[in-house]
Amino acid sequence: MLKFILQRVLSMILVVLIVASATFFMMRLLPSGPFSREKKLPAQIIKNLEARYHLDDPLWKQYVDYMKNLLRGDLGPSFKYTDRTVNNIINDGFPVSAALGVVAVILAVGIGIPLGIWGALKQNGWQDNLVMFVALLGVSVPNFIMAVLLMFIFALGLHLVPAAGWGSIKQIILPAFTLAGYPIAFLARLVRSSMLEVLRQEYITTARAKGLSERLVIFRHALRNILIPVVTVLGPLIAAVFTGSFVVEKIFAIPGLGRYYVTSINDRDYTTILGVTIFYSALLVFLNFMVDLTYAWLDPRIRYVERKVS
Amino acid sequence: MDENNVLMRIQGLTTNFHTYAGVVHAVDDMTLTIPKDSVVGIVGESGSGKSVTMMSVMRLIPSPPGRIEGGHVWFDGTALRMPDRMEKDGPNKGMVDLLSLSAEAMMKVRGRHIAMIFQDPMVSLNPVLTIGLQMTESMVVHGLATNKEAWKRAVDMLALVGIPNPEERMRDYPHQYSGGMRQRVMIAMALSCNPELVIADEPTTSLDVTVQAQILELMKELKVKLKSSIIIISHDLSIVAGMADKVVVMYAGRVLEEANVYDLYEKPGHPYTMGLMKSVPRLDAEDRERLVPIEGSPPDLLAPPIGCKFAPRCKYAMNICREQEPQLVTVGEGHRARCFLHHPTAPAVPGFVKVG
Repeated sequence: MLKFILQRVLSMILVVLIVASATFFMMRLLPSGPFSREKKLPAQIIKNLEARYHLDDPLWKQYVDYMKNLLRGDLGPSFKYTDRTVNNIINDGFPVSAALGVVAVILAVGIGIPLGIWGALKQNGWQDNLVMFVALLGVSVPNFIMAVLLMFIFALGLHLVPAAGWGSIKQIILPAFTLAGYPIAFLARLVRSSMLEVLRQEYITTARAKGLSERLVIFRHALRNILIPVVTVLGPLIAAVFTGSFVVEKIFAIPGLGRYYVTSINDRDYTTILGVTIFYSALLVFLNFMVDLTYAWLDPRIRYVERKVS
Repeated sequence: MDENNVLMRIQGLTTNFHTYAGVVHAVDDMTLTIPKDSVVGIVGESGSGKSVTMMSVMRLIPSPPGRIEGGHVWFDGTALRMPDRMEKDGPNKGMVDLLSLSAEAMMKVRGRHIAMIFQDPMVSLNPVLTIGLQMTESMVVHGLATNKEAWKRAVDMLALVGIPNPEERMRDYPHQYSGGMRQRVMIAMALSCNPELVIADEPTTSLDVTVQAQILELMKELKVKLKSSIIIISHDLSIVAGMADKVVVMYAGRVLEEANVYDLYEKPGHPYTMGLMKSVPRLDAEDRERLVPIEGSPPDLLAPPIGCKFAPRCKYAMNICREQEPQLVTVGEGHRARCFLHHPTAPAVPGFVKVG
């Protein structure tokens, strides 16, 4: 097990380094640079700025310098927000996005999975049709529409929660639901189809033939089997939700990481693009690793331990 | 048969599957008696309704599309300890109709009084739960033992069915067992609650031949040791003949013949049974007899033939066979057959023993 983890950690570091390198060079293929403005800056100022950020060094030197800093955990200064480093931006933005993300993931798992199970148990009944209809809406309505709709109903109409802003628990509710909309729908559909698949398995008939209650059949015998595909999608889903959504954060005026990411691309804020990309990929790779570990826990057939052969 | 000696009596059981193509008559007016402490074999081709009958008894027919349309499954009420549900009078006095029980009451019957062994042990055990949990849970849910006692008994049961190091193997998962071992586990699991009836649905079909023999040997051994009646379902007449006291031949969802093993071999009362005999290799055959297949294929149960269901494939079919379905008639002691050839005016057929 330890050997497996060690191997995986090494390969994870490699993956992140490859992502960092690819992003570094691809970013430079973008037309214009971080200091291009609609109103052209004088050539000397640009030259000074480039000198200050070492953008006048040869590309390979810039790359080597960046990688050296990266290994020390220093993601460099932001070109756009002159008084802040990329580390500052992530430190400020990520906890906000993550807090929102945690709530959204809890909602997604807590609503999506039970909905899917319920739909499967009432297959082709009105409950099932209702669940699938809601899920279809959930996967097809874009989140900016969902955001506005939720705001309109619950903030403007019913005055239950504030429309936007950040800081109080009440303010998390709307953006969290908006963010969770797609995952809820997606999970509900996935769980429903896996559940139907699992319920057709012989071992479920065996369990019923033993005289187990339907509750035990579902929760002891079926649930663990359906969690395997669920966990597979949950890793990337969590990463996506945690790193924040530009649209949702923009609409609800939330100071998360998502909006920095998009604005940094528009501004060609090289270090911020790189820093956030690396952070995102590291998170994704880490969560996929967690998914693999969870597999092993859920499914004894894929335990990464060498066992005695009997 | 002695009325007190009946464990289960299936009476007029009819199970249909309502599909988009129409109604499939999987089991039609099935009647069968299981005596206490006996082994009853059910033979038939795929789709003859053997498994559907047993799944109906267990009330585990997937519904929809399946539906039990009628009939009764009488089970010994004393064994079930359901005095208030017992028939007060009549031929089924003291018996409980399983089909009339509530879902909760039926749950208490499954596993506890009627246990099942399935065809394919590779898929009949839950891959993500330990053998220990799967072995003990039925004893625990039926309130027969605490977790600890159930564990002990499960270890004993595993030892009984010939699993080496049972204590250790309890913590293993199904994928760590071979196919034959898994079937042993299934058998141990079925017997763990001391059920009055064990239904073995093609218990050896998916196993290779040497393992088949071992499993059959084990079942014979356990039959002597434990006091359960066994229904063994198979498409293989030789497997059934080796174990059963009584054999039931099913075809197109009905019983065509019912007899004790000896009678069935010596004086088969139905052309289908005769055909089955000729299609099975025999060790005692004098010459190298060729096996004779039964020509044709089983009828489409969406639209079964009007008369005898076997008539289209029957060498001896008469006009009446295609117009009217024969009744199951008694042709000997505990021997019943569904064939017009037993009628006094029917022509004689070589190898076929008529009534009387």
